[in-house]
Amino acid sequence: MNELVWIFISALLINNFVLSYFLGLCPFLGVSQRLDTAFRLGLANIFVMLITALCAWVLNTYVLVHAPYLRLVSFIVVIASTVQFIEMVIKKLSPALFRALGIFLPLITTNCAILGLAIFATNRGYDLLEGLIFALGAGAGFTLALVLMAGLREETELADVPALVRGTALNLIIAGILSMAFMGFAGLFSGA
Amino acid sequence: MRQQTKEDTYQEFVKGLWRDNPVFVQVLGMCPMLAVTNSAINALAMGLATFFVLVGSSFLVSSLRQWIPRQVRISTYIIIIATFVTATDFTLQALVPTVHKELGAFIPLIVANCMILGRQEAFASKHSPRLAVVDAMGMASGFLFALFTLGSVREILGEGALFGVDLFGSSFEPWVIMILPPGGFLTLGVLLLLFSWIKQRKDRLAERLAELEDDAR
Repeated sequence: MNELVWIFISALLINNFVLSYFLGLCPFLGVSQRLDTAFRLGLANIFVMLITALCAWVLNTYVLVHAPYLRLVSFIVVIASTVQFIEMVIKKLSPALFRALGIFLPLITTNCAILGLAIFATNRGYDLLEGLIFALGAGAGFTLALVLMAGLREETELADVPALVRGTALNLIIAGILSMAFMGFAGLFSGA
Repeated sequence: MRQQTKEDTYQEFVKGLWRDNPVFVQVLGMCPMLAVTNSAINALAMGLATFFVLVGSSFLVSSLRQWIPRQVRISTYIIIIATFVTATDFTLQALVPTVHKELGAFIPLIVANCMILGRQEAFASKHSPRLAVVDAMGMASGFLFALFTLGSVREILGEGALFGVDLFGSSFEPWVIMILPPGGFLTLGVLLLLFSWIKQRKDRLAERLAELEDDAR
């Protein structure tokens, strides 16, 4: 039980996917202008990560033991097609849910955070439950970083910033400071 | 005529290096970029791996461009890229196990580098293999240059060393933050700032020159 809590907290705060592994930076910088969009993208991401963890576990246990060199190719193909399939199912069953999450699904099918999740889970040898908890933590961490960033960016829109600094440079420096703040979590659990 | 094509080829190569630099100007491929640039040697290894993957897959995509159906082109590109990445992963593991261990999960993640897929879609799928390879080499060199700059800056400031060779002696207090994740964001932010500053100055200079010419007339 303790182990699972540790995996969750570690993925959520200490080894935050965006701020300490630099995974999923494209959506982090691209889709963080508005708070509500950022939040919905985060939720869609948690959803895709859970599916990814499941796919990765199934592939690792039943297929890749026989052909480890196919790992990368099969991860990408299986994850992308599963997400696309689920997107179609959601569109059919619940148009409201599709409007909320669906438009983001193609965007995140194989971004580096998703693929990174599958690879990390494999390298660390997580079983199914650990993998799912890891996905939940990583997804929540991604959402947290994205929402924080969007909140900060909404504020900087109003601030008087020189035209030269505006844009990616400013966002990266904000991200750097945010990342510095998250480093404070590194001491968490070290005493236990 | 012959001269013309030669000139074009040269232009294709140089544009990736500076004017359309994938990192500093287009801001692509940042995930692998920031994670592995905590030292110059890691940055170099990552840059070379990306170089191989980009050039190889550009060549293959461009050679096969008549046979790839439009509807499934993106998936085809990804599978081609993934194949090259897998090969690179195993090669590095066999040749330089220490570097491979440091880069860890970020070698397979080259697949998700949007710069590589972007070049296939924007260039290799529309041009001859020769031009595609030149373009890929230019872009990959630009990426390598950016990675190496970032890696060197971070290693020099964060460890007071370059390639593990001590530069400043014991009086230098290393800025540990630079080799940690926040340093990556900050360094890239400052470098981007520098790049747009240089560009702004260049534009202003050109403007003033044009004005002067007008006045002279």
